[in-house]
Amino acid sequence: MNRYLSIYAMLWRNSLVREMTFKSNFLLWIVVEMMWFALQLSFIGVMYLHTESIAGWSKWQVVLLVGASHLIQQLFQAFFLINCTHLSELIRTGKLDFLMMLPVNTRFIVSVRQLDFGAFVNAATSIAVMIYAAHRLHLAPTWLELAGFLALALTGVVVHYSLMFLLASISFWTVQAQGIVWAYYNLFNIARLPDAAFKGLFKVFFTFAIPMLLVSNVPVKLLTQKLGSPLEMGLLLGMSLLCFAASELVWRLSVRRYTSASS
Amino acid sequence: MRKYWHVINVGIQNTLVYRFNFIVRSVFGLIPLAATIFLWRAVFNGRTDSATVASYTLGEMISYYLIVTIVDALTAVTDDDWQMAGDIRDGAISQFLLKPIDYLYYRFCLFFSGRMIYSSVALVPVGLFILYYRGFFVLPEHAATFGWFMISIVLTAMLQFLISFTMAMLAFWVLEVSTFIFILFAIEYLASGHLFPLDILPPAVGKALYFTPFPYQMFFPVSIYLGKTTGAAIWQGLIIQAFWVVMLYGVARFAWSRGIRRYAAFGG
Repeated sequence: MNRYLSIYAMLWRNSLVREMTFKSNFLLWIVVEMMWFALQLSFIGVMYLHTESIAGWSKWQVVLLVGASHLIQQLFQAFFLINCTHLSELIRTGKLDFLMMLPVNTRFIVSVRQLDFGAFVNAATSIAVMIYAAHRLHLAPTWLELAGFLALALTGVVVHYSLMFLLASISFWTVQAQGIVWAYYNLFNIARLPDAAFKGLFKVFFTFAIPMLLVSNVPVKLLTQKLGSPLEMGLLLGMSLLCFAASELVWRLSVRRYTSASS
Repeated sequence: MRKYWHVINVGIQNTLVYRFNFIVRSVFGLIPLAATIFLWRAVFNGRTDSATVASYTLGEMISYYLIVTIVDALTAVTDDDWQMAGDIRDGAISQFLLKPIDYLYYRFCLFFSGRMIYSSVALVPVGLFILYYRGFFVLPEHAATFGWFMISIVLTAMLQFLISFTMAMLAFWVLEVSTFIFILFAIEYLASGHLFPLDILPPAVGKALYFTPFPYQMFFPVSIYLGKTTGAAIWQGLIIQAFWVVMLYGVARFAWSRGIRRYAAFGG
């Protein structure tokens, strides 16, 4: 355990040095992410120019939801995203050999090799937006609720990581998996919308198969006292464990197929 | 002229390789589209069938997004800008300085063939999707409307291409163009009407946007289709759209000639 912590500390230092070599690029990427966040917020803003509520959600409740969804997405991005998208590259070039030979768990080193520090800045922006929305809603969450929110948000990060890693593992089977990994980006779009707006098969699929409608809805519903029953929290937790287990299974099956690249 | 037909031919064969990626992209692209439709249905929920939100009925609103998806498949620049920037960065454009072929026309042919293949691949999933929502899908009132719509789409495609070409020319000056491309893309996404119809914006904002080329990249053709732009406003709009195409062609040419002067081939 201690060994893993010290390895992880080294990876942090490495990533930080790497980021700081391209300072202007680092700052520009933060601007890009902020613009997309502003875009989502303006979408909500424009919709609420023409309506009071969407499926029982008020404007500031949805802003809180968009903020929470962005927070979860950015935390996922900070820790895991680049590593997931790099996996197919590692396989294609055969660099994975080198990582496999290291005396640590291969999935660990593949998943956390590099950090995206800009995403921490964007996570902070989304927290600021959430605090403002909570203020407009006159929310006064207890410490227990805040802790619950944080725990559920991290559970959401686990869901994103597991699903994206599972998709990335498909690169072992076909080189075209890169497209699938980027396609996952489309799913973030659903996570930031109020679950009550969805119906039928779509809702069932994105709750029980790909739990996008739980990831950020459940933590925000805890804060805004919208939870139908505490079971919803259990569902998110259960689904995240299931997703993680599935990704581990696919990973193990896929690694067995790995034959390295000609070198 | 014949050599450019050849380029289109080669372009078609090259993009066919990506048909799997295209199908994935078009299928996954339907998910946020479905989500947006759900959201608007929730907004209209509890209102009567003929009720409007900002002058849109539910059918018109859903059709708006469906038409946007079609126009997007036909005209959106996907990989072209990265490829052009890549060509400049690693010196692949050197050959165009020697060959009797114009880089801008060359890229336009590739863009054209790429869109042809993408549209035909996306036809199946998008077609099924529209079929599912056929109850909401409105058709244009007159055949002439459809004709104007098609003309406008052609101009839209040119506009999209020329803007991307100009952006890619930045690669002559900066090493990493992707951030700039993403920033412009974010602006376009809102200002061209991808996210929502521009006439549901506060009127002052909507009017201000009409001084930029952005509405002509998406909103204008769709508004012709839906009958939101009618009569004299159609050909006036088409003239402005054509003006932007000519203008951006000039800008693109200027950026290219300036860039070439700075260009020092690497490797070779």
